[in-house]
Amino acid sequence: MAQAAELHLTEAHAEHDEHRDDIGSKLGMWFFLFTEILLFGGLFIVYSVYRFKHAEAFATASAELDVFIGTINTLVLITSSMTVAMSISAIQRKKPRLAINLLWFTIFCAGVFMFNKYFEWGHKFDHGIYPGSSIFPGGSTAREAWQVTPSEVFAPAEGMFFVLYYLMTGLHGLHVIIGSIFIIVIIAKIKRGTQSHDNFAQHENAGLYWHLVDLIWIYLFPLMYLI
Amino acid sequence: MKELDGTEYVSFYESGKKGFIGWITSTDHKRIGLLYFYSLTAFFLTAVMLGLVMRLELLTPEGNLVEPQTYNGIFTLHGVMMIFLFVIPGIPAVFGNIAMPIMIGAKDVAFPRLNLMSWYMYVAGAFIALSTLVVGELPDTGWTFYAPYSVEMGNNVILAALAAFILGFSSILTGLNFLTTIHRLRAPGMKWFDMPLFAWALYATGWIQLLATPVVGITLLMLVAEKALGVGLFDPALGGDPVLYQHLFWIYSHPAVYIMVLPGMGVVSEIIPVFAKRKIFGYKAIAYSSLAIAFVGYFVWGHHMYTSGMSGPARVIFSVLTFLVAIPSAIKVFNWLATLYKGSIDLGAPLLYTLGFIFLFLIGGLTGLVNGALAADIHLHDTYFVVGHFHYVMFGGTGYAFFAAMHYWFPKITGRVYSQSAAKTAFWVQFVGFNMLYFPMLILGMMGMPRRYYSYLPEFEFWNQVSTLGSWVMVAGLLAMFGILARAWNHGERVGRNPWGGLTLEWTVESPPTLFNFAKIPVVSHGPYDYDKIDMTQPEEARA
Repeated sequence: MAQAAELHLTEAHAEHDEHRDDIGSKLGMWFFLFTEILLFGGLFIVYSVYRFKHAEAFATASAELDVFIGTINTLVLITSSMTVAMSISAIQRKKPRLAINLLWFTIFCAGVFMFNKYFEWGHKFDHGIYPGSSIFPGGSTAREAWQVTPSEVFAPAEGMFFVLYYLMTGLHGLHVIIGSIFIIVIIAKIKRGTQSHDNFAQHENAGLYWHLVDLIWIYLFPLMYLI
Repeated sequence: MKELDGTEYVSFYESGKKGFIGWITSTDHKRIGLLYFYSLTAFFLTAVMLGLVMRLELLTPEGNLVEPQTYNGIFTLHGVMMIFLFVIPGIPAVFGNIAMPIMIGAKDVAFPRLNLMSWYMYVAGAFIALSTLVVGELPDTGWTFYAPYSVEMGNNVILAALAAFILGFSSILTGLNFLTTIHRLRAPGMKWFDMPLFAWALYATGWIQLLATPVVGITLLMLVAEKALGVGLFDPALGGDPVLYQHLFWIYSHPAVYIMVLPGMGVVSEIIPVFAKRKIFGYKAIAYSSLAIAFVGYFVWGHHMYTSGMSGPARVIFSVLTFLVAIPSAIKVFNWLATLYKGSIDLGAPLLYTLGFIFLFLIGGLTGLVNGALAADIHLHDTYFVVGHFHYVMFGGTGYAFFAAMHYWFPKITGRVYSQSAAKTAFWVQFVGFNMLYFPMLILGMMGMPRRYYSYLPEFEFWNQVSTLGSWVMVAGLLAMFGILARAWNHGERVGRNPWGGLTLEWTVESPPTLFNFAKIPVVSHGPYDYDKIDMTQPEEARA
């Protein structure tokens, strides 16, 4: 009896030998997501503190952003999150072709998102809203310019808003790119058959990561564009 | 490799690829642990030399050895190297990697390739940090990179901060790996409260690494962005708030103190029962107090900032919380002493270092409470008292635990043992030197000598000279210790599987272990410290 139990336990443990521990792999991903949330958390704290201190300046600066593009991007990202979730259901139901198409659609959404972001950023750069420009507070030349003609430059707190805007949406954009690469790797793995209906932990992990990217945007959107 | 009874087997040194390339591409947790050991020791000794130069400068009140700016650079690099390259990765990266998977009955960590990547990141971070020596001017901000000074100065703060960022992520990934390993790879039959306490300590540490390190990561990135782009996030000249930087920095860097010391406490909890041959007193209390330290440690960061302009109520709250965090530490100390009480104590070198830890950590902990008290801190802030305090905690605590672990697992790693009397002599030289070096700092701080100056007033001369003299004694002890171990690595007496009579799983396998540690995954039938149930006079096979 005891021997049988021992045998059973050793067999259960044998799973680890072939480096197939789906629960462990997902657990690791969750731990990583906690770290990611705290990484963004630092920026959110700085945003909250300065928003509290300079509420009006933040409101003025935030009015420069285009709520329409922001809303489109929010919808695009939420849709992409949905298609990732659907692709996992598809692979579980042994429909790898459908799963791949859904993942490509996710990549397409990511592309649309980044395309919009590119034009948003570019538009602001054209108007001189970037660190180091003549109307932006900060930098050695700008600092002097600011002292000479204060009316044409942003208030420091408005500059702060845009610095945080660039840092937060920039770091988020970087995550969109990393997430897309992750998803493309998964597409390749499904094609090769290394991710399939009975082995989809990495696929799920890519999905989890993508949901985090989506989730962070859902907080960034109101903080930057709406309030 | 041959065991003591002559049985032939293949140890992890002989499995897999040979040579330098073979080692740096191996995902074996023991090889990675040793890679960490070699690199950590090299950086530790380099930083020790920087410390020696500082002490030599302070031998006389006048500044006559190095330029003031060089001195500032040296203490910054000394701090950055010691903190980020030695003390933080320290015990988890070396002994966590080598011993923990065997102790819980696993063949490796949960993510072996990620483990190797953590080491690569560590090395990359180290090279960036050291590149400040040859590229441009040394950063002179101290290891804390306080804004706005760090923002306004034109030297290599960007490189040093980036190095700290990369090292931070190396630390996060190690923590993540250990957490998953402990959750998923415990041997059959090993429940949470059957785990060795070292694994518990690493588990608590893993959570701090995971949840605190990214905050300093993003803060340092903000600092880099601020410097590179010339924007004002923390620079008051541009509307930023420098105190906010301090908050964000210490939100990580105080919990980091527990990243440093918790694994050390885990080592102590392993060594004491083995060398007293007595069941650990208050197993659950020690396990829970690790978690309590990890938890409360998050909420005490403000005690670094009493003089930075926080509100009165905030200071009082942080002070109270600081006193609270001393309680779980004290619980551990009392449990260790209670374990020793009436034990059959074998005063071997590992236990000697462990007792050294308890003694020095006690002084470090109690002076920490002095700093944590509001009124006292106003007087002592930025004096040598603080320097003395954190060297007692960091070096006397973590450093001594690291040395204890080194002596404890040495036979397991090398299959050989060092001369006890030589190792103990090295300990005493080091211990005397240590107290000569750091205790005068506490006195100097009380007398009002400020930290971080390359010269001082004549009335501080005597204690500074005692301290410098102590630094020579201590370094002699350190070199003797490493020399003795290095010699024993090749020429020491060959030992069997269990030279100390430990009951944790690593002592059931070959010394040095095989590539996958266990021929067959063990089924755990007794607790890690069941000296009350097991007759140690019987040979190993007859005990169960």
